[in-house]
Amino acid sequence: MSRSLAFVLNVPETPQDPEDSQEPSPYDESEVHDSFHQLIQEQSRWVAEEGLELQHRALGAGALGASGSDRQALLGPEGAPVYSTATLRILASMPSRTIAASTGRSRGAIISQYYSRTVRLRRRAGRPQLRDVGRSARPSLRLYDLELDPAVLEEDEKQGLLVKELQGLTVAQRDHMLRGMPLSLAEKRCLRVESRPPRGKRRARGRHGLLSCCSRLRDSCILASHNLGLVLLSGLQALMPWHYALKRIGGQFGSSVLSYFLFLKTLLAFNTLLLLPLLAFIVAVQAAFPPAPSGSAPAFRGLELLTGGGCFTHTVMYYGYYSNATLNQPCASPLDGGQCTPEAGGLPYNMPLAYLFTVGVAFFITCITLVYSMSRSFGESYRVGSTSGVHAITVFCSWDYKVTQKWASRLQHDNIRTQLKELLAEGQLRQRPRRACGRLQQGAVLGLVWLLCLGTTLVCALAVYTFSELVIQQSRVSAERDGALLALPLVVCLLNLGAPYLFRVLAVLERHDSPVLEVYVAICRNLILKVVILGILCYHWLGRRVGTLKDQCWEDFVGQELYRLMVMDFIFTLLDTLLGELVWRLISEKRSQRKGKPEFDIAGNVLELIYGQTLTWLGVLFSPLLPAMQIIKLLFLFYVKKTSLMANCQAPRRPWKASHMSTVFISLLCFPSFLGAAVFLCYAIWQVKPSSICGPFRTLDTMYEAGKVWVRHLEKAGPGVSWLPWIHRYLVESAFPIYLASALLLAVIYLNIQVVKGQRKVICLLKEQLSNEGEDKIFLINKLQRIYERKERSRVGRTEEAVMPPAVFTDDWDAQ
Amino acid sequence: MGNKQTVFTHEQLEAYQDCTFFTRKEIMRLFYRYQDLAPQLVPLDYTSYPDVKVPYELIGSMPELKDNPFRQRIAQVFSEDGDGHMTLDNFLDMFSVMSEMAPRDLKAYYAFKIYDFNNDDYICVWDLEQTVTKLTRGELSAEEVSLVCEKVLDEADGDHDGRLSLEDFQNMILRAPDFLSTFHIRI
Repeated sequence: MSRSLAFVLNVPETPQDPEDSQEPSPYDESEVHDSFHQLIQEQSRWVAEEGLELQHRALGAGALGASGSDRQALLGPEGAPVYSTATLRILASMPSRTIAASTGRSRGAIISQYYSRTVRLRRRAGRPQLRDVGRSARPSLRLYDLELDPAVLEEDEKQGLLVKELQGLTVAQRDHMLRGMPLSLAEKRCLRVESRPPRGKRRARGRHGLLSCCSRLRDSCILASHNLGLVLLSGLQALMPWHYALKRIGGQFGSSVLSYFLFLKTLLAFNTLLLLPLLAFIVAVQAAFPPAPSGSAPAFRGLELLTGGGCFTHTVMYYGYYSNATLNQPCASPLDGGQCTPEAGGLPYNMPLAYLFTVGVAFFITCITLVYSMSRSFGESYRVGSTSGVHAITVFCSWDYKVTQKWASRLQHDNIRTQLKELLAEGQLRQRPRRACGRLQQGAVLGLVWLLCLGTTLVCALAVYTFSELVIQQSRVSAERDGALLALPLVVCLLNLGAPYLFRVLAVLERHDSPVLEVYVAICRNLILKVVILGILCYHWLGRRVGTLKDQCWEDFVGQELYRLMVMDFIFTLLDTLLGELVWRLISEKRSQRKGKPEFDIAGNVLELIYGQTLTWLGVLFSPLLPAMQIIKLLFLFYVKKTSLMANCQAPRRPWKASHMSTVFISLLCFPSFLGAAVFLCYAIWQVKPSSICGPFRTLDTMYEAGKVWVRHLEKAGPGVSWLPWIHRYLVESAFPIYLASALLLAVIYLNIQVVKGQRKVICLLKEQLSNEGEDKIFLINKLQRIYERKERSRVGRTEEAVMPPAVFTDDWDAQ
Repeated sequence: MGNKQTVFTHEQLEAYQDCTFFTRKEIMRLFYRYQDLAPQLVPLDYTSYPDVKVPYELIGSMPELKDNPFRQRIAQVFSEDGDGHMTLDNFLDMFSVMSEMAPRDLKAYYAFKIYDFNNDDYICVWDLEQTVTKLTRGELSAEEVSLVCEKVLDEADGDHDGRLSLEDFQNMILRAPDFLSTFHIRI
């Protein structure tokens, strides 16, 4: 008791250096906590003595805490809180501050945090819980069942604990931990050296020998795959020579334009993935065993590059070349004279089956990769509650650190300034509600523009349909010349080029609130146009051409049509780049003296890429080398677009959410594009009768029958492989597994929706709790401050009691 | 593959590879970039761990940084003594954190330190004003700047203490999917 009283009287008069008070020794800590306890007791005694006054004070403090202006009341003029030294000592002993050492909240907190994280990694291998979503650097908030409370340990001890924990991890996990730690490189190297398990000494952990053997095996596997991954990564980087090109583009035009080129790179990867199985299992095999040549091949004329016909027709490029027999089969019955000479070590290769399976597997792999990258992109860019906080995000996340040119950097400054001004203006506008008739007018204009755009789409669709019917009529009358084959692709490409410009002109009429919405609406309209046109073309091929080309190889024809479309599309893209960007720049430079370079139209260009990729996917069944064509086209396109960009364009002025847009692009690639191609493929395999004179399925009713034939063959083969026909009959042919899969999928989707709803609620609750805690903290700090001030004054007042009347005393207090 | 470089020992290169997000080739490329900044100062032999610091003026004149309004803060945050003069370790650390492969938490931590101009572990109103001024090159009026700062605090300050703590900042970063692509320097 006497010790506490002595301490209370010893409240220091001279203001101490605040930095000192941030490192209290444990002895000080208990003293400070004692004094706090003592203060509470004294305060409650004063409450009893001076009831009314304190009630007023409490009310005042409570009201102050509830209002938003307590921020200003709390902070001094320079933004730093102004407290008495005793208050500062108590503040310094708050749990969140004791971990902050003199190096400024870095090492101690980080080491504690990573110690906790390492322990958690070792102990719990399950999914991280909800409360781990927002990583906190305050270990005191974590509820871990640790034997030791790291908060009171010295830094060296904490480091020792961390090293010990790191030793318990596998090498890959340790490296992953080390890389993610916000410590300096020298410290990380120290940790790495210290936490390496000593050589030759087994890590005896008191477990079974088998388990440790398994874990060692797993470690070495992980290490080997990690090294392999590194080798592959460096190999891939060597293969992709675009690192500097992308750096220059990002440096001059920012992340938004870069997203187009990154998307192009992604498409290249998809096409390579598609091409490899096709090359390996279909093209190479058939090229090794060429069928007997039927007639002489026509000479090469230049037109073949455009039409895909002529001397290209009977090559591995098209479906018609592939044989429908089993290749490399050892002869069952030798002909007279022993003409049959089986290949040495030959494996029979069932070509129709291989064709069907390879195309199916290639599509399946593409589907899985697409869905995986789409879900990963979605997960990164959409978060629960991510729409709020526009100002904070603009201030902290909108400066693109990749930008390296002075003028590009100046453009960024301008963009950010404009964005902030627009946000402020929007905030003020929202406070004034729009008039009803203004809204009605805008709605009417919007509806009209949409109607016009849809009307244009319908007109284009009708044009394509009529023209395709015309072409069929012409082909019935006279044999098609090579040049005339290019007519339909030409019309389609012209419409695809012209209609988006019309949409852009119409879009000038409507004024959207947010520029991002404009981009989405433009994408939507272009997408509808392309989907409708492609749909009509698919009907034209599978519905009409199959009928008219009864005695010929219709698959070859469809493959050639798609080739022609791709080539025309490429030519028109080049023309569009030339006209749209170069000529526009020349015109605008001549007209206005200032530099009015055209903006790079990201959305339009990305839709072009998606359209081209859809054509590739549509044509893979009929022309296995089409992905190779697409790869060459994409390579050319990269360099052409890059050159045009550097010479003619400027970065878009509107804010562009790069990661949202990448998600949208990948989703568009998956949903209308890949799904449409898959539907087309399924229809062609299941429903359409293959032509009877060419291709691997010439004797069958549908292409799918090749699989059925093989299953029947297996059934006859014997009981050894009877499970395969069983699987085929009960899982593939029957509808029950599909129902089951759909039901499971719906259940999973519903559960995820509920989980997201629950997470939203929890986030709201936590936000409320956080804000309440903050208010409580400020209230308590203010209270503390007032107590110390009062003590100061009462001490000063007692020494001057003889001189000053007590009335002045109470005036001072009321004046608070 | 199998290149005989004499700058680092095998151990050193392994250590760098394990502690940063770079491969061997990239580390060597970065070393030569560092060496190019001050050829007289930086030796070509790092096996004996020489204590060499390249002054801030040279770091700030790198093409990747020279037009960045926050280049001084970046150099200060990653340098050893907070003065902007960087050793090779600091240099590698800086580009490793700013590279594509660094995780969001790590980047958010360093972004917080960069925007905390007075190094008090909180982004207060003064820090925000500095940030906004640097972002807009001083072309917003004082009233607009303070309005923006107020809105930022309204949106991001979770515990309503008038300044952003690291947790508030990380929370806000979680909601900004663009952060990973903008807080990225390609080298």
